[in-house]
Amino acid sequence: MLKNRIIPCLDVKNGRVVKGINFVDLQDAGDPVEQAKIYSDGGADEICFLDITASNENRDTIYDVVEKTSKKCFVPLTVGGGVRSIEDINKLLNCGADKVSINTAAVQNPEVVEESSKKFGSQCIVVAIDAKKNGDKWEIFTHGGRNNTGIDAIEFAKKMEASGAGELLVTSMDRDGTQVGYDIELMAKISSMINIPVIASGGVGNLDHLVDGIKLGNASAVLAASIFHYSKYSVKEAKEYLDSKGIPVRI
Amino acid sequence: MNVTIVDYNSGNISSVINSFKEVAKDKVNIEVTSDLNKIKSSDKVVLPGQGSFKSCVDALSNISGLVDTLNEFAINNKKPLLGICVGLQMFADVGFEETETKGLGWISGKVSKIDNKNGKYKLPHIGWNQINIIQESKIFKDIENNSHMYFVHSYEFVPEDKNVVSATTDYSSNIVCSVEKENIFGTQFHPEKSDKIGLKIIDNFINL
Repeated sequence: MLKNRIIPCLDVKNGRVVKGINFVDLQDAGDPVEQAKIYSDGGADEICFLDITASNENRDTIYDVVEKTSKKCFVPLTVGGGVRSIEDINKLLNCGADKVSINTAAVQNPEVVEESSKKFGSQCIVVAIDAKKNGDKWEIFTHGGRNNTGIDAIEFAKKMEASGAGELLVTSMDRDGTQVGYDIELMAKISSMINIPVIASGGVGNLDHLVDGIKLGNASAVLAASIFHYSKYSVKEAKEYLDSKGIPVRI
Repeated sequence: MNVTIVDYNSGNISSVINSFKEVAKDKVNIEVTSDLNKIKSSDKVVLPGQGSFKSCVDALSNISGLVDTLNEFAINNKKPLLGICVGLQMFADVGFEETETKGLGWISGKVSKIDNKNGKYKLPHIGWNQINIIQESKIFKDIENNSHMYFVHSYEFVPEDKNVVSATTDYSSNIVCSVEKENIFGTQFHPEKSDKIGLKIIDNFINL
């Protein structure tokens, strides 16, 4: 039976983790490679890096991080943030990323999704959808949630599936950073409209939120950042909790 | 010993390279090449594959003499070869992804799309699934039945002779996920991304 996945996400800026796991025995709490290794040793089903480096001159730092991580972690590694072109995707894959997540570029230039999924295979193309509720629909935001495009999120999700995306990483901008739980309605709606896996993201504050994302939101995988930071919960605890709620997980 | 990972522009093979180097340490030399002479002289060959069946077959054929060299290695000389994902699928006679495409024909059978039961099952089949070992395979030494492996695919290999199947996984039906035919091995899952248990499979192959 296929298991639901738990994906811890690390925000990386200029090659350093922004909010990290605060383990006392860590030699370097800001080292993304070391933190990714802790997650993978703890049973993470995948690791996600979100590169939030703002300046162009430091953009190359992520490649070094990916290269080092892929030599130490033998679970799938997804990298997103600032991915604009086929060349960016190619570079990340060559450094050892298994999947690349495309956000703003997928909205501005949907051909990138079509071309890259043809060139590299759908299995490595994740489209990240940042959506915010507006009345009775959800609209797509780009540039890390700053720009409202007015594009309907459900329609966009269908379009990305047709363009060859292998998975959708759906983040609720209303919930992101709030720790009050995923936007279940949004997850369930997108999941019911498309036939590729949905990864739920944005708003996790406790382990019940992960359960809800899978049971109510029908997500194939749940992504979370802050609950795994500062050792609030370990990946192992999260998996054992999901297991106790009858959700199939890899233990 | 030399193990060659065939580099034929089949997409992203860095994870395969990293995992084999991790397992090999300094004991075994891992080559990554499409050089025909190096392939011929190596002790074992790994055939990775990402993207579509057609794109992988095309990429193999685009390197002059590569298919003949692989035939000589695996069929005539019967040296150990491991196909991963589409690398395994290409063992078939024919694949139906994009368009009908001839495979290597090493293990009779076809590669067709997984039946998603009218949308009940999401495709690609992505994530960790358990393997059901139905027949001992040399690459499963010390691998427990029902171990979790990482999968990502939408097409499945359907061999004619079920005796080559060493493991299946349950996703809409019993999908063939590992085969062994004499010196030819293949996994539909990605041992290179399946954590320690996946590295053990790679170790088993290297130590054949």
